[in-house]
Amino acid sequence: MIRWDWIPGNIGQLAAALADHVVLTGIAVSVGFALSLLLALIIYRRRALYPPIAGVAGILYTIPSLALFAFLVPFTGLSLLTAEIGLVSYTLLILIRNIMAGLDSVAPDIREAAEGMGYTPFQRLVRVELPLATPLIIAGLRIATVTTIGLVMVTALIGEGGLGQVMLRGFNFRNYAAVYAGAAVTVALAIVVDLLLTGLGRLATPWARARGGT
Amino acid sequence: MAAPSAPRASTVEFRHVTKRYDSRAKKTPGAVNDLSLTVPAGKICVLVGPSGCGKTTSLKMVNRLIDPTSGQILIDGVDIMTRDVTELRRSIGYVIQQVGLFPHQTIGENVVTVPRLMGWPKARQRARADELLALVGLEPDSYRDRYPAQLSGGERQRVGVARALAADPPIMLMDEPFGAVDPIVRERLQNEFLRLQEELAKTILFVTHDIDEAIKMGDLVAVLQNGGILAQFGPPEEILARPASDFVARFVGADRGLKRLSLSRVGDLELRPVVTVPVGEDVAEARRRLRDAPIPYLLLVDDQNRPIGWVPDDDIPASGRVTEELAIPMSPLLDRRTTLKDALSMLLDANVQAGIVVDRNRRVESLITVDMIAEWMREGAADEQRVDGVAEPATVDA
Repeated sequence: MIRWDWIPGNIGQLAAALADHVVLTGIAVSVGFALSLLLALIIYRRRALYPPIAGVAGILYTIPSLALFAFLVPFTGLSLLTAEIGLVSYTLLILIRNIMAGLDSVAPDIREAAEGMGYTPFQRLVRVELPLATPLIIAGLRIATVTTIGLVMVTALIGEGGLGQVMLRGFNFRNYAAVYAGAAVTVALAIVVDLLLTGLGRLATPWARARGGT
Repeated sequence: MAAPSAPRASTVEFRHVTKRYDSRAKKTPGAVNDLSLTVPAGKICVLVGPSGCGKTTSLKMVNRLIDPTSGQILIDGVDIMTRDVTELRRSIGYVIQQVGLFPHQTIGENVVTVPRLMGWPKARQRARADELLALVGLEPDSYRDRYPAQLSGGERQRVGVARALAADPPIMLMDEPFGAVDPIVRERLQNEFLRLQEELAKTILFVTHDIDEAIKMGDLVAVLQNGGILAQFGPPEEILARPASDFVARFVGADRGLKRLSLSRVGDLELRPVVTVPVGEDVAEARRRLRDAPIPYLLLVDDQNRPIGWVPDDDIPASGRVTEELAIPMSPLLDRRTTLKDALSMLLDANVQAGIVVDRNRRVESLITVDMIAEWMREGAADEQRVDGVAEPATVDA
């Protein structure tokens, strides 16, 4: 039996959990993106490093989340740090792959024109290649963010978890209203963030919409 | 140098330039073997040859996208290896076949790429963008804020040329700049570019695989053959009239006589005067004039000496005046700048023997006939045979 009246009385708790969830996700994606960008730029300079870096990121990605957290707890405890190490690890593969795909998608003639006209390598990267990689980078951010929103739930098991906490407690106390409410808010969060990122991508790439018309 | 500003055009000199590639590499650009040539300031030098002949490699060595294995390239006597590579590239306009416009920048931003890199003030950049768009025939107000994806191939090529001209470089490198558009647009872009060059007088190195384009665009043509060997270097007339080797002769094609026609203009021929008669002239006077005419036709003209039509001698009435009704349809009108190829084509199309050469105001100047063009051709062919050394000394008579 589901006590739906639990929800109106606990909006505050849900909101706090949502805020928590957003912060956990935000930190993970921001740090993950910064790290991925750094690694992608290293790969950009030294292509030979792509397979090993992608390989490590791939191994991290395949470790089941529970196992990863369980492995980390003896070192970093039941802490935010533990949660974030895990969450960040999971964003790396997606983000590095997409940043590299974006940089590689720049047509050779554009690169050659930039070089021939006297862009320094750094100017070419920042003013030409990264802007042109934006659509694929945004696509990577969307996948990474939505994935992270889901994974944050799991961190409830090590004392974090945002909306995952609400659901976990719901399970423990057979309070299915809390379970459903937590799930619904999580899904809504994922959808809203995805739409926001899509919109951000469109704003950042006005040229991509300008086609054909005269 | 006294003047602080950069020269409008520079001399480019290749001195024994060689570029070798590792033969084990899978795909390499064409090698270049001991290339020496000098492009005088303000001239268009076309590098032409089959694919893999090293023409693009030669071009890219000028802005150091490729560095030579040995030899030197000098711009105004200065070895380019002594110059800062970024600064060197910004001082050289660069146009490539796929244009390479930046898709994320507007047309206006694309055009002032180099001025922006050089840190021009914003207002000056904007003014320069508009000036250049107008120069290449794109209305600034309607093109400035569009993106490359919204332009046709021909329009993009124009933007590519505008972009290369942005910082007023003394040298332009153009790698098949009109290669990616259809023949009609290409022809128009070529003509427009030649007209632009008359004012700009840049030093231009131009790469193409199309011998017709080379002949049309080049003040000088460098024919390269496989292995990056310079087969011949000289003005297009000379390449056509006196190919230096079998390779060059084959490369320029069996129709090189016809190609020479497209290089020469009506004004290059010794034209014959045309006997005219104004409307309203007395027929007696008309007959008297006809006696001196080389053909049994009088050209009827109006009071401004503009042609109306031909009057055959048989149709001149016994008495009275010459009227417009007597005139039969016109011959094609040409001017002194019409190429002989076009002139011949117009005469053949119109199925008449003679064309009328008129000036800017359509006033009659002279007459040109198919025979005169044929005679000019025969003289050229005689030239060629002498060069080949297979024919007896040709007799060239008037």
